Amino acid sequence: MKPISFSAIALALAALAPVAQAQDAVVNLYSARHYPSDEALYSGFTKATGIRIQRVDSDDAGILSRLRAEGAASPADVVLLVDAARLWRAEVDGLFKPVKSKVLETAVPAQLRAKASDEGTAWFGFSTRARVIVYDKASVKKEDVDTYEELADPKNKGKLCIRSGSHPYNLSLFGAMVEHMGPEKTEEWLKGMVSNMARSPKGGDTDQIKGVASGECAIAVTNTYYLARLMRSTNPEEKAVAERVGVVFPNQTTWGTHVNVAGGGVAKNSKNTANAIRFLEYLASPEAQNHFANGNNEWPVVPGLKLDNPALKAMTGGNFKSELINISAVGMNQIKVQQMLDRVGFK
Amino acid sequence: MVRTGFRWTSLLLPLCALVLVLPVLALALTSLQWDAQAADVLRQMAQTVLPEYAATSLWLSVAVAIGVAVVGMGTACAVTQFEFPGRHLAEWALLLPLAMPAYVVAYAYTDFLQFSGPLQTLLRETFGLRGRVFPEVRNLGGAVWVFTFTLYPYVYLLARTALAERASQLMEAARLLGAPLSRRLREVALPLARPAVAAGVALALMETLADFGVASYFGIQTFTAGIYKAWLVMDNRLAAAQLATLLLASVGALLWLERHSQRRLRFASGRGQRSGGFEARPVHLRGAARWAAWGVCSVPVLAGFVLPVLFMLRPLMEGWEILPIGAYGQWARNSLLLALVGAMLATALAFWLAFAQRRQPNMLTRGVVQLVGLGYAVPGAVVVVGLLLPVGWIQRVAPQASVGYWVTATVLGVLWAYMVRFTAVALQSVQSGYARIPPALDDSARMLGTSGVGLLRQVHWPLLRGSTAAATLLVFVDVMKELPATLVLRPFNWDTLAVVTYQLARDERLGEAALPALTLVAVGLIPVIMLSRTLQPRR
Repeated sequence: MKPISFSAIALALAALAPVAQAQDAVVNLYSARHYPSDEALYSGFTKATGIRIQRVDSDDAGILSRLRAEGAASPADVVLLVDAARLWRAEVDGLFKPVKSKVLETAVPAQLRAKASDEGTAWFGFSTRARVIVYDKASVKKEDVDTYEELADPKNKGKLCIRSGSHPYNLSLFGAMVEHMGPEKTEEWLKGMVSNMARSPKGGDTDQIKGVASGECAIAVTNTYYLARLMRSTNPEEKAVAERVGVVFPNQTTWGTHVNVAGGGVAKNSKNTANAIRFLEYLASPEAQNHFANGNNEWPVVPGLKLDNPALKAMTGGNFKSELINISAVGMNQIKVQQMLDRVGFK
Repeated sequence: MVRTGFRWTSLLLPLCALVLVLPVLALALTSLQWDAQAADVLRQMAQTVLPEYAATSLWLSVAVAIGVAVVGMGTACAVTQFEFPGRHLAEWALLLPLAMPAYVVAYAYTDFLQFSGPLQTLLRETFGLRGRVFPEVRNLGGAVWVFTFTLYPYVYLLARTALAERASQLMEAARLLGAPLSRRLREVALPLARPAVAAGVALALMETLADFGVASYFGIQTFTAGIYKAWLVMDNRLAAAQLATLLLASVGALLWLERHSQRRLRFASGRGQRSGGFEARPVHLRGAARWAAWGVCSVPVLAGFVLPVLFMLRPLMEGWEILPIGAYGQWARNSLLLALVGAMLATALAFWLAFAQRRQPNMLTRGVVQLVGLGYAVPGAVVVVGLLLPVGWIQRVAPQASVGYWVTATVLGVLWAYMVRFTAVALQSVQSGYARIPPALDDSARMLGTSGVGLLRQVHWPLLRGSTAAATLLVFVDVMKELPATLVLRPFNWDTLAVVTYQLARDERLGEAALPALTLVAVGLIPVIMLSRTLQPRR
C-alpha cells in the first residue's frame, strides 16, 4: 500500500478521536428506547438542570452485552430498557447499581419497580404499554375476541395476525400467560393460535393492524402505542386504518390486560451517580410523564396524573384493568415459552 | 535473498492477524465448553426447529448463489464483450444496487407490494376484487429476489474487472482462430472470469448467511435466526456460540472446496495487458441482440435500485417532518468518516495479507489469510459478541487497563469490528487480482534486484490498482450499510444514517425511515460512481 494512504488513515483517525470533554455536568445514557420523540425528553432535562446528556441508543441485547464487556470501565450512568424481561435479566446479571430515592419510591408504584434490597432499588418503570387485540369491526363481534384465550378458539380460525412469537413483546405476554394458566394450557393455547393464523407471522405490530384494516386478517395483537399513533396520525391513509379496526382490552372480567413496562436504573459502574439519580427522578416528573403519554402514546406510571392523550382515552374509555403479575416470573418463563413455540411451530 | 529490511513484518503479521481473528477465535474457544443447560437448549432446538432452519438457509444459499452468478456474470459479459448504445451508462448503473442495504430494499418492496400496500389496494378497488391479488413478498422467494438483486454487484464488479483486464485479447485471438461467439464466451471468457465469479458468489453468500434484517422482517427462519434466538431469547451465549461456530465451519469448508476445485483453473497470463497498438474489438450488437443486452443490463438495475427507490418515495411524500433536517449533515458525516477510514484500513490490511501470502506461501500465511477471510460470514451481531467476549475477559483480569472503555467510548471498537468483517471483502478482491498476476513476474523482478516493498510497489501495485479500487469501493459501501456492530459499539452521540434508519424502522415508522434510507443510498452513490469511473478500462 502506498505510504500516502497510511498518513491519510492517520489523519482520518485523528478526526475520529473523541474530543476531550469537561467531566462536569453530564449523564451518560445507554438507551434501548427507539423513539425519535425522546429527544424532547432529553433536552427538557438539560434545560431544567444544566446537565448534558450523552447518549447511545441501541437494542436491548446490544446494550446488555456492551455493559457486560465494559465491566468496571463502563462510562454508562443510566441504562434504559423497554421490556420487563430484559429489566429483570439486567438486574439478575448485576448491571444496575441499586439506589435509594424518596422521589422515585413515592412516584413509581411498587409493582412497577424492582424489589428493594438493603442497598436500594435496582430499576424503576417509567411508562407502560398494554398488549391489546384489534379486530375488523365489520366482520368480528367484540365478544368473540375479548379474552386472550379466545385467540386460540376454533371459532376464530383463519383470522389471526400476530408478529413473531420470539419478539420480546409476545414473549412477555406468553410468559405472563404461563403464570395465569400454567405451562400445559399455555402450550395448548399457543398451538390453537398457530392453527388460527391467517398468515405466518411477519412484520411488526403496525403491519398486523394494517392486515386487519385491509382484510388480510380479521384479528390482530398489538401494543397500544402503535394503534394510538395510527389514530393520531395526520396521514389520511393511516387514519382510515385506525377507523376500520375496533380495539379490545382483553380479560377485563378475569385477570386483566397484559401490560409491559419500560424503565431503567443507574448503571453498575456509574461515575456520576448523583446526576444519574437526578435524571431518573426527572423521568418520574409530571413533565416527563406527560411526554411519555403525549409524545409516545405510553401510559405514565405515576398515579394521579391527568392523562390528556385523546387516543389513549378513546381506546379505554377512561380506565382499564391491567394484570398484576410478578415481573421476574415473566422473565424466568422466557426460555420455557420459546421452547413451546418451537414445539408447536409458532414462528 | 534480501530479508533484513523486512523482519518486523514477520512478527507483525501474526499479531495483526490475531487481532482480526480474535472475535472468531473467542467464539470458537467458547463453543468448546460444555454445559448442561446449553446442551439442553441445543438438543431441544435440534429436535424441533434446527433442521428446518438449516434447510431454509441451504435453499436460500443455493438460489442466491445461482441468482447472483447468472446476473453478475451475464451483466459483466454484456458490458465487456459487446458494444451497444447505452453500454457506458450500464457499466456504472449496474453498480447502483451496491448502495442499497438489503433490509431497506426489503422494507420498500414489502411496503408497496404487501396485501395492505397501495398496489394491491388499488387493484382490489379498481376491479372490485377480494383477497390476495399479488403473491406474498415476504417469504423465501422474496428473500432470494432481494438478495440476488442487491448482491449481484459483487460478482459483476469482480468479473468485470477480470474480463476487462484480461479477456479482450484472448477473445480476439479466439475470434481470429474462427471460434464462434458462443464458444468464445464458454471457453475463454467464463474460465477466465471463474475465480472472480467464485469470489463474488462467496461474498454474496456470506452476506446472505450473515443477514438477519431481511430474514427477520420477512419472517423466514434461517440458521442465523436460530443463532439469534439462542442468544437473545434463550439467553444462552454458549449455545449461540456453538451454532455460530457450526455455521462458520460449514462456510470454511465451502470456501476450501471452492479453492481446491479451482486450483487447476487458476492461471494467469503475463503478457499483453496494456500492449498498446493492439485494439480488441468488442462485438457490435444490432436488432434483437441489442434488445437482449438492454434487457440483461436494465432488469437488475430496475429490481435492485430504481423500483425500491421509487417505492420509498411514496411514503416519504406523506410525512417525514419528525426528524430534524439539521441533523442529517452530522449523520452523513459520521457515516462517511467511518466508511472512509474503514475502507482504507481494510484495503491496506488485505493488501498486506495477500502480499505476505504471495511472498511466503507457507502454512502460517495461508492459514491466517483463510481465517481472516471467514470474517465476512460471521453475522454482525455475532462479531460483536465475539469481540466483546475477550474485551470482557481482559477487563476482568486488568480493570485498570480500561480496555472496555477504549473499545466503546472511542471509534476503535467499531473500526475493529469492521476490520473483522470486511477485511475478507477486500481480500477476496485483492486475491482475485493476484491470481491474475503470474508468479514468474515476481521471479523476474527478484532477478532484477527488486523484492520486498519494492516488488509490492513497482510490480504488484500497478497491476492490482483495479482490484484495489474495487476492494475499497466494496468495503466503503459495506461499512455505510453495516448495522449491528455500529449500533452496539459506536461512541456516545455518534449516530449514522444506517442507525437512524434502523431505529425508525424498529419503531415501525417506515415512512419516516425512507428519508434517512434514501440519504444513505445517495451518500453511498458518490463513491460508487467515483470508483466506477476509475475502474473504467482504458481502451
